[in-house]
Amino acid sequence: MSSLTVTGVTKSYGATPVLTGVDLHVPEGGFTALLGPSGCGKTTLLRLVAGFDDPDRGTVEIGGRTVAGAGRSVPARRRHIGFVPQEGGLFPHLSVAGNVAFGLPRRQRRDAGRVAALLELVGLDAALAERSPHQLSGGQQQRVALARALAPAPSLVLLDEPFSSLDASLREETRQAVADALTAAGATAVLVTHDQAEALSMADQVAVLRGGTLVQLADPRTLYRSPQDLDVATFVGESVVLDADVRGGRAHSALGVLDLDRTCPDGPVRVLLRPEQLRLGPAAGAGPRARVRGVDFFGHDARVRLELPSGVEFSARLEGWDLPAAGDDVTVGVLGAALPFPGDDARVPA
Amino acid sequence: MLALVPLAFVVAEVVEVGWAGVRELVFRPRVAELLGNTAQLVVGTVLLCAVLGVGAAWLVERSALPGRRLWHVLLVAPLAVPAFVNSYAWISLLPGLDTYGGALLVVTLSYFPFVYLPVVAAFRGLDPALEDTARGLGLSGPAVFRRVQLPQLRVALLGGSLLVALHVLAEFGALQMLRYPTFTTAIYDQYRATFNGPGATALAGVLLLLSLGLLLAELRLRGVRGYARTGAGVARAGRPVRLGALAVPALLGLGGLVALSLAVPLGSLALWMVRGSSTALDRSALLETTGTTLGLAAVAAVVTTAMALPTGWLAVRARGRVATLLERSTYLGSSVPAIVIALALVTVSLEVTPWAYQTVPVLLAAYAILFLPRAIVTVRAAVEQAPPLYDDVAASLGSSAADRLRRVTLPLLAPGLGAGAALVFLAVVTELTATLLLAPIGTTTLASAFWSASSALEYGAAAPYAVVMVLLSAPATVLLSRDARRGLTT
Repeated sequence: MSSLTVTGVTKSYGATPVLTGVDLHVPEGGFTALLGPSGCGKTTLLRLVAGFDDPDRGTVEIGGRTVAGAGRSVPARRRHIGFVPQEGGLFPHLSVAGNVAFGLPRRQRRDAGRVAALLELVGLDAALAERSPHQLSGGQQQRVALARALAPAPSLVLLDEPFSSLDASLREETRQAVADALTAAGATAVLVTHDQAEALSMADQVAVLRGGTLVQLADPRTLYRSPQDLDVATFVGESVVLDADVRGGRAHSALGVLDLDRTCPDGPVRVLLRPEQLRLGPAAGAGPRARVRGVDFFGHDARVRLELPSGVEFSARLEGWDLPAAGDDVTVGVLGAALPFPGDDARVPA
Repeated sequence: MLALVPLAFVVAEVVEVGWAGVRELVFRPRVAELLGNTAQLVVGTVLLCAVLGVGAAWLVERSALPGRRLWHVLLVAPLAVPAFVNSYAWISLLPGLDTYGGALLVVTLSYFPFVYLPVVAAFRGLDPALEDTARGLGLSGPAVFRRVQLPQLRVALLGGSLLVALHVLAEFGALQMLRYPTFTTAIYDQYRATFNGPGATALAGVLLLLSLGLLLAELRLRGVRGYARTGAGVARAGRPVRLGALAVPALLGLGGLVALSLAVPLGSLALWMVRGSSTALDRSALLETTGTTLGLAAVAAVVTTAMALPTGWLAVRARGRVATLLERSTYLGSSVPAIVIALALVTVSLEVTPWAYQTVPVLLAAYAILFLPRAIVTVRAAVEQAPPLYDDVAASLGSSAADRLRRVTLPLLAPGLGAGAALVFLAVVTELTATLLLAPIGTTTLASAFWSASSALEYGAAAPYAVVMVLLSAPATVLLSRDARRGLTT
């Protein structure tokens, strides 16, 4: 296992810039998620790290060794990388065992014990070894692909949206198995994903990419609580964004006077709240009043869509026990502090 | 490049003869007569094949007819009988068949599976939910067929019909035997009479224009083919339509079709085998000819598949104008009837490489031009099965380029290459026209031996060669019945 350092990487396809000046450091043994909407360049970055493509400018270092840039280009096969593509990419002409052992030295390929140990590492029954890839479920294929990637003890494991083709129930289970296997192997890992819940729950560091640049690199909690700008804020989770006026360190908004997470000069700002910070009370209570426009019920919790008399619409996340009905009038309370975005940081999400 | 030789040859000859010469050669009553004959036969055959093909496909796929799987096999089986063998079977029984009607009958019976197969595949791909929806909207049974099914079958039907038309244009053996003159047979006679006059070339030019016209239509259709395939996922099987009182006539109709297209030729072959055995079957000659044919076919299969590999690879991996042009040009080259290809290679080899005239390599070149598209279609599909992703994954696992080729790429391509080679192999076994013109003296294949015997009216002596050809073609029919769209395209 090794650390990964990407410095000033730039890449264009033809006249289209895909990555511009990306810096990223993944510490040894760390699990970093590259999060971004489709077309943000995250898969390209992964391919540059893997060595399937060369950067136009900038360098890639794995374990302190420069593998790309500065006049060097180490081919993919000499980078000691484990690569888990979308939908697994298992070789269809080989059995599960043949796939897992593919990257092992010739003498070890016949070692059934080795294959069994690797399958066990990813939580699969060794009895699957003689199956063909098409006889496996999607989740099993992903796990075999991970076992194959881990077999040669790579210094770095790259996962390219490995869970996006799985259905919801299988995804949760496969994520857990993959995370456990990566921890057990002590591997440094980079996961590409467009699913913010996946990035936040699996990684210990999340890099948000937007339009080919890295906008924020932080641990999941920091990212969720203190996003760089409103665009990142709305991308990593549901948001309530309100216009407010800061006076004396507190924001005066349509939901009342709010405490602030960080100091902010007086003047007009936009403030960010998360829907789970809102609490609803009876219409007769104190606080700003709102009308319930609708309720999206998910079982474990619910999203209540609300509208202020001024016409401003927003949502609250509530536990599923005691919910208002559409058309009810309620009062809105706020837990915790709001995050202010003055001036330039207040980019309005597209 | 090789594929464009015949085309270049005809153009060069026409330029040499000059416009006045061409006018003199082309605008004469004989050509008009041939054009009339050819057009009549093409139109008649296409119409009959379309009716028979669609009708049979509907009965097999959508009606509650008993034994539908068996009928499917029986309806594809006529493809195992080469058209010229079919023609021999009929004319040897009924010598009076050398008329337009006879030609129409024989050619239709040989080629209707070309329509039947794609239409069956299209029927299978149709989502019955659409028909249910239409019925829900109040449409009657025939209205559902006309307004819902037929439009969706259009591409398959037109594609199959064009294939039939191209084959009829290029058909030589069957029509020569029935003494029904078309462009192809006239070119052959002209060539035999004057060896290689501009007359044959001018006729070839007209034939070429007709074929290219059809090919262009085919290419345009190929572009929209995806439309017929959309529901290709595993659609819910529809409820078969009960035929009621119509079941008996339907069975009789299918039975009659199978009897005419399969039982008559096979029966006739059997009859001549029995009669011929009295005139002592020359076993050693038969064995030697079979050996020669198999050898030629094997070499041609390997060479053609090897040539198809780079084109198929480029067409998938390096999608671009050059690759597309390359791929299309092979189709272009081989929409050219075999007779024109053979004529071109005779002339070119005589003028440019006299030492190669009537040698095996020239014959192999003709086979390669003729059957390259079949190989490309399968190779291309195989390359599509091996996306670059596997290469990347193998590289990340430390595998070198040579190692990747051996352990990943070749194993993935092998089935496709094998299928392509098999298709070419089986096509060469029954190839007649180019073989007649190009085979070195003393080299006889099953087809040419059959031809010389049956031309001399020695029907009994011809029968064993035909039987071997039919037996060898049977596996190709299995391949074709599995995937209607693949391999059919000539």
